[in-house]
Amino acid sequence: MKRIYLDHNATTSVHPEVLDAMLPFLKEDFGNPSSIHWAGRNPKKAIDKAREQVAYLFNCDVSEIIFTSCGSEGDNLAIKGTVEAKKDKGSHIITTKVEHPAVLNTCKYLEKTGFEVTYLDVDSYGMIDIEQVKSSITPKTILISIMFANNETGVIFPVEEIGKIAKGRNIVFHTDAVQAAGKIPFNVKKLNIDIAVISGHKLYAPKGIGATYLKRGVRLTPLIHGGHHERNRRAGTENVAGIAAIGKACEIAVRDMKDESERLAVLRDRLHKGLAEKIPHVKLNGHPEKRLPNTLNLSFEFVEGESLLLNLDMKGVAASSGSACTSGSLEPSHVLVAMGIPHEVSHGSLRFSLGKDNTAEDIDYVIDVLPPIVERMRSMSPLYEASTGKAANISFAADNCKH
Amino acid sequence: MSGGVDSSTAAALLKEQGYDVIGISMKLWDYPDDINRFGGCCTLDDINDARRVADKLDIPFYVVNMEDVFSKEVVDYFVSAYLKGETPNPCLKCNQILKFETLLKKAVELEADYLATGHYARIVYNDLSKRYKLLKGVDKDKDQSYFLFTMTQEQMSKIMFPLGSLAKSDVRVHARRFGLKIAEKKESQDICFVSGSQYHDFIAKMTGVYENSGDIVDRDGNLLGKHSGLYKYTIGQRKGIGIAAGKPQYVVDIDAKNNRLVVGSRYDAFSDGLIARDINWISMVSPELQMDVESKIRYRHKGVKSVVKPIGEGRAEVEFFSPECAVTPGQAVVFYKGEEVTGGGWIERRL
Repeated sequence: MKRIYLDHNATTSVHPEVLDAMLPFLKEDFGNPSSIHWAGRNPKKAIDKAREQVAYLFNCDVSEIIFTSCGSEGDNLAIKGTVEAKKDKGSHIITTKVEHPAVLNTCKYLEKTGFEVTYLDVDSYGMIDIEQVKSSITPKTILISIMFANNETGVIFPVEEIGKIAKGRNIVFHTDAVQAAGKIPFNVKKLNIDIAVISGHKLYAPKGIGATYLKRGVRLTPLIHGGHHERNRRAGTENVAGIAAIGKACEIAVRDMKDESERLAVLRDRLHKGLAEKIPHVKLNGHPEKRLPNTLNLSFEFVEGESLLLNLDMKGVAASSGSACTSGSLEPSHVLVAMGIPHEVSHGSLRFSLGKDNTAEDIDYVIDVLPPIVERMRSMSPLYEASTGKAANISFAADNCKH
Repeated sequence: MSGGVDSSTAAALLKEQGYDVIGISMKLWDYPDDINRFGGCCTLDDINDARRVADKLDIPFYVVNMEDVFSKEVVDYFVSAYLKGETPNPCLKCNQILKFETLLKKAVELEADYLATGHYARIVYNDLSKRYKLLKGVDKDKDQSYFLFTMTQEQMSKIMFPLGSLAKSDVRVHARRFGLKIAEKKESQDICFVSGSQYHDFIAKMTGVYENSGDIVDRDGNLLGKHSGLYKYTIGQRKGIGIAAGKPQYVVDIDAKNNRLVVGSRYDAFSDGLIARDINWISMVSPELQMDVESKIRYRHKGVKSVVKPIGEGRAEVEFFSPECAVTPGQAVVFYKGEEVTGGGWIERRL
């Protein structure tokens, strides 16, 4: 069976060059980088090199990089670490309704411990209003946490403007850049970002490694106490292979970004156009332009996204409805709900997120297999028939009402 | 696939017989804020068990989210039935709506030809009547045909019960033969969405009413004591009524309208028959006049000889040959002729 992977916002394969870069540290270069003897030397060097590679992606200094285990840890460290360090200055956090659960649920947890959180709205494109950011700031505001790009819709937020707002007011600005990293360029200095979080497995490194940019001078209380690793900001013996991997992945991302993002945008738009031509009642969720080049979130009205996913899977196509971290939950995507998209429509949403191995042939295959699936689902849906003016099959119900 | 031995073995047997099998688990209920809960039915652990079985059998496996439908059709029904003074049967509703409507629809959406479950019952096609017949499972102790009386001909044409001709002990033997780790897993007994057997607390929590006391009276209306909420009682109940009387007292009526619990002697708990609603006939479109059947008035009931007579509007009157104890509104009455389920309905009131 054909296997087409269109779920790169959930995770990516490990790039072959990344795998090569990490393997020595799972074999001969096994030493502990903190050791003073020969076994620690290569691992130590590898971490230094990776720190440079990651710092290059962020455009920051090597001392401003903290390696973590994942994006969720990075977000937890950024948010809990900041409010803990600044709790004598205030107790108010500003974030959005469309953050990843790693941010949303951390904020919800902090609400229970006495912090106050403002969750910013988004418009029907999934975009925040910069005026609302400003008007939400109070004298107690200590942290603004707003994602760089949304994982479900790919919408890119006005990070630079938020950075300016936060900077003038001595508020820490954290951005979850997990989806943006490697897909669009970003320069933490130019954007006035204080903390930015990335995750290895979204940019062709393996799972279990992340990196956080922490601007020099910004105070943070660590989550994990222990040894003097990562300048006392994150204890625990370094995941050397993972660190080497994320370093290499960042280097490749910077190297290939321009060509790759152009290529993916073309493929993504081909997919959008191809499906919209063949399937009626398809809606784009998200902003048509201010969007990651690889992400396409579509609603197929009158069908359930879940059923589409299962049927696509049986044809070998991996896509997603909403984020992988929330699938299996009852609620429709909190992102689409926040955008004001009606339940029926958000229910039928699918996210296609493209990546380095996707070809035009893959896209055309999906354009071939998906329309008949949607048509079949719709033929089974009484809602669809009613909406298109065809007589819905309601004879069953009518029989019961004859008396 | 619930993660239990029955549905797991059903899947394994079908795979062995050469069917192209897809495993599906239903996610029915979110157990919020209780990360320490284990066991019960349909928990994350059970879904993981089902997934491991599917891996072992090398079949595709999906978890489908049916929390919405379950909450509306089973949990809300469960709570409101108690508030109406009835004793609900959530497993029956779950079969009727979740499995044989919603899940069957999912199966059809996946272009599956059949939906198979681990029920102990049999479906056979009768060439003469051109209808599908529902028969008891061969294992009389495990027979689950009682829970299946709502099935339509259309549904039965698409449903398979691979365990219908097997004894439970044989099913475990098969499970071991297939090397399924769940072969020795215990049966689920409780109401899956209520932890432990504390449905009282559950209803109080769902309705927000923790105390709704009313009178306990005898059949003549004499006040005998106070009850703390009608939903804590079921017809025929003797223990825990909370009144001191010379002789044993049984719940004989739950009068929700007046918030009264009526108790009486054991004799008072017997009925000569019942009225049932929403009757579904399986072996025929509908009997013309009346029919001799064996009626089961609850799952573990041994059955009573009766005459059933349609009285219009989907209702039927059932007359027992000899009085039966604890006819309970909200439970189902299912009609049998020998091995065959002729139909059934929901008990509305006793006669």
